[in-house]
Amino acid sequence: MSDERLPIMKTYKLYIGGKFPRTESGRSTLVQDSSNGLTAHVCHGSRKDVRNAVEAAHSAHSKWSSATGYLRGQILYRLAEMMEGKRSELAEAIGNEHATREVDASIDRVVHFAGWTDKYASVMGGANPVSGPYHNFTIPGSMGVVGCVCPDQPPLLGLISMIAGPIALGNSVVAIVSESNPIPAMVLAEAFATSDLPGGVVNLITGFREELVPHLATHREVIGVHAGSVSDEHRAVLREGAAVNMKRVTIHDDALDYFDESQAQGPAWIDPFVEFKTIWHPSAV
Amino acid sequence: MSSTINTGSKSDQSDASGKLDLRGASGGGMFDYAPAPESVKAPIADTYGLFINGEFVDPSSGDRFETLNPSNEETLSMISSASVSDVDAAVQAARDALPEWSGLPGSVRGKYLYRIARRIQERARELAVLETLDGGKPIKESRDIDIPLAAAHFFYHAGWADKLEYAFPGKTPEPVGVCGQIIPWNFPFLMAAWKIAPALACGNTIVLKPAETTSLTALRLAEICQEVGLPKGVVNIVTGAGETGSALVDHPDVDKIAFTGSTGVGKMIAKATAPTNKRLTLELGGKSANIIFEDASIDQAVEGIVEGIYFNQGHVCCAGSRVFVQESVLDTVINKLGDRLASLRVGDPMDKNTDLGAINSKEQLGTINRYLETGTSEGATRHDVNPCEVPEKGYWCKPCFFTGVQPSHAIAREEIFGPVLAVMSFRTPDEALSRANNTPYGLAAGVWTDKGSKIFDMASKLDAGVVWLNTYNKFDPASPFGGFKESGFGREGGRHGLAAYLK
Repeated sequence: MSDERLPIMKTYKLYIGGKFPRTESGRSTLVQDSSNGLTAHVCHGSRKDVRNAVEAAHSAHSKWSSATGYLRGQILYRLAEMMEGKRSELAEAIGNEHATREVDASIDRVVHFAGWTDKYASVMGGANPVSGPYHNFTIPGSMGVVGCVCPDQPPLLGLISMIAGPIALGNSVVAIVSESNPIPAMVLAEAFATSDLPGGVVNLITGFREELVPHLATHREVIGVHAGSVSDEHRAVLREGAAVNMKRVTIHDDALDYFDESQAQGPAWIDPFVEFKTIWHPSAV
Repeated sequence: MSSTINTGSKSDQSDASGKLDLRGASGGGMFDYAPAPESVKAPIADTYGLFINGEFVDPSSGDRFETLNPSNEETLSMISSASVSDVDAAVQAARDALPEWSGLPGSVRGKYLYRIARRIQERARELAVLETLDGGKPIKESRDIDIPLAAAHFFYHAGWADKLEYAFPGKTPEPVGVCGQIIPWNFPFLMAAWKIAPALACGNTIVLKPAETTSLTALRLAEICQEVGLPKGVVNIVTGAGETGSALVDHPDVDKIAFTGSTGVGKMIAKATAPTNKRLTLELGGKSANIIFEDASIDQAVEGIVEGIYFNQGHVCCAGSRVFVQESVLDTVINKLGDRLASLRVGDPMDKNTDLGAINSKEQLGTINRYLETGTSEGATRHDVNPCEVPEKGYWCKPCFFTGVQPSHAIAREEIFGPVLAVMSFRTPDEALSRANNTPYGLAAGVWTDKGSKIFDMASKLDAGVVWLNTYNKFDPASPFGGFKESGFGREGGRHGLAAYLK
C-alpha cells in the first residue's frame, strides 16, 4: 500500500436559501475537477430546484431590498473579504492559466458594486422640475427576483458579473452557473454562506442550461433576466419569457470581455434591474 | 336617475332646508348651464392618405376605413389602411432618412423640435377641436391638457437634443435607429408627442401607427412636420388597424418597437419580437390603487378620486380604478363621492362645461357594459347616481362606482378602461399596501393622508412606477412615466425616458 493519503472526494451541492441541499431530483453529473485531476460530482439540478430557488429568492427579497444601501455595501464588501480568503481554492477550481487573474478580477468586481449600493440613487435618480407646484422626484428600487444565466467562461468572473449589479440594488437572484465548469461557483457559495449575505439573496443551480433555462424563462415570479452568452435558441426562449409576465430581459453579446472593466461593470450593469419610481407631492397649500 | 345609496348625511348644499341644490345642474337641477359650444372649426378632409417620406400618399390597396365622431356616430372622414407594402415603404423611408438625421448636430435637431412645438401651440385650438371630435373627450380636457402637454413634450425634448452626452454618465449616446411606434386611442395626439419627441431628439427616425379610431390629429402632426420643413422620411405615419401594427412589429428593418396599449397586445408583441434583436419598450395596462387614510383631507381626497377615475371617461391606463378607504371614513367618503358624482356633467364633448364626454368607440362601450353587468352579477353594489340625460346617438356611459367589492371580483382585478370605480375598505396601512400591491399591474398609485412619514412609507412600498401623494393624474414632460411588473417596461418623459431611444 502506498503512503499517499487517499483524498476525500467532495460532492458539490446546490446553494438555495442559504443552505446546501442536494438536488431534489437525486441526480448528479461527473465533472473533471481540474485542480487535482479527480472527478467531482455536481448536482444535476431540475425544474423543481429552480422553483425552490425562486421561492427562496422571493422570500429574501423584501428584507434585502429594504436594507439601507450602506448595509448592502458593507455586506458585499464582507463578501469580497471572504473571497480574498479563498483565493487559492477559487483559483484551483478555475484551474486554467488565467485563474488567479480571474479570481482577483472577481473580488475587485464585488468591491466595485459594493460601492454602488449607496450611490446609484444619487447618480441615476433625480429631482424633476415639473411646471407646477409639486415636489417631483424619481428614485430607483429593486424589481424582485432576477434569473441569471451565467456564461461557461469565465466561470467565476462571469457569475459575479451576472449577479453583482442586481443584488447591489436589492434584487435577489437565481443563477444557473457555468455548465462546463460549475465548481468555482460552488466554492463561491461557501463564501456567500459565510459572509453576512442573507440566505436566499443569491441562489445557485448547477446542471444543464438546456433543461433549466426554459423553466427560469417562464417562471412568473422571476421579473428580470440577466444572461451571458447563450445560444440563439435560448436567447429567443428568454425573450419570450417577457411575454409571460413582462420580464425585463438583458442578454450580453458573445464578444463581451468580462475582464475589461470598461465593458463589464459600472451603472449600466445595474440599470436593467432597477425600477424607477416617480413620486409627486403638492408643494403649495 | 335615482341613487342606490343611502345618502343619510348629505352635504349641506342639498339638505331639506331649502338651500340651493346645484347637483346635476345639467340634468334638471335648479340652474341649468346654458350650452357653451366651442366655436372654432377644424376642417376635415373627406379622405386622408398615409404620410410616407414627407408626402401624403394613397394606400397601395386603395382600402380606407371610416373614422367616426363617437358622440353622434357621424362619419368624419375616410382613413387609409396601410398594407404590408405601405409599411415597408414607410420603414424604408425612415431607414433612408436615418444617416442624415442622426448625423445632424443635436442643436439642429433641437431646432426642428422647437419649431414643431411652436406650430402645435399656434394650431392648438384646432387640434383640440379635432381631438374632441374624433375621440369623444371633453373639449376642456383636449384644450387644457392633451394639446398643451404635447407642445410641452416637444419643447422639453428639443432642449435635450444637444445635451445627450450629459444624460447618462459614462455612456456615449447613439440613436437606436428606426423606431416603430404604436399608440392608443385614449390620448391620441399626446401619445404621438410622447413617442415622437424623445425619439427625434435622440436622432432616431420613426414610423408611427395611430390607433384606428383616432388617426386625425396624428395626421395633423404629419402636416406640421411638413410645415416646419422636417427632413423627409424622419417621421412617417401609417394609419390602419391591428394588421398594420403587426406589419410594423414584424418588419425586419425596424430596430425598436415602442408600444402603448393593453397588456394583452404587449405580450403578443414581446412574443413576436422574441426571436429578433429588436428593442422593446411597453407602456401597458393598469389597475391602480388610490388609498384614502382617515387622516386625509377628505374633500380633497374625494376630488382626487374623481380626477383619478373619471378623467377622460376613465380611458386612462393609470386611472385610479381601485379606491381603498380606511374603514372609519368609508361612509363619509362614499356619501361625498355620491354627491360629487351626481354633479358631473356628461354630454356633448364640444361643450366647454362638459366633464365626461363620449366613450371612444362602440367596442369599448361594449367592454365597459360587460364589466358593469359582471360587477352586479358577482355581488357588488352599483351606485348609478349621475342624473344627466345622455344623447340618443353616440356611445355613452355615465360615471358610476361599486361598493361591496371583493378582491376576487373582475371589476377589482381587470382593467375596465371606463368611468367605473371599485371602492373597497381597509383597516391598517399594511393591509392597504398588501391589497394595493396584490395585482400583476404596477403602473400608478395614489395615497391621501396629512401624515408625512406615513405617506412616504407608503410611497416607498407601493409597487408602482408613478405614485401621486395627495394628488392624482398629474403629468409633465420632465417627469418619467411608466410601470412596474405587467404594466410594462421603460419610462417616458424626463431624463429617464431618453434611455428608451439611445443605445
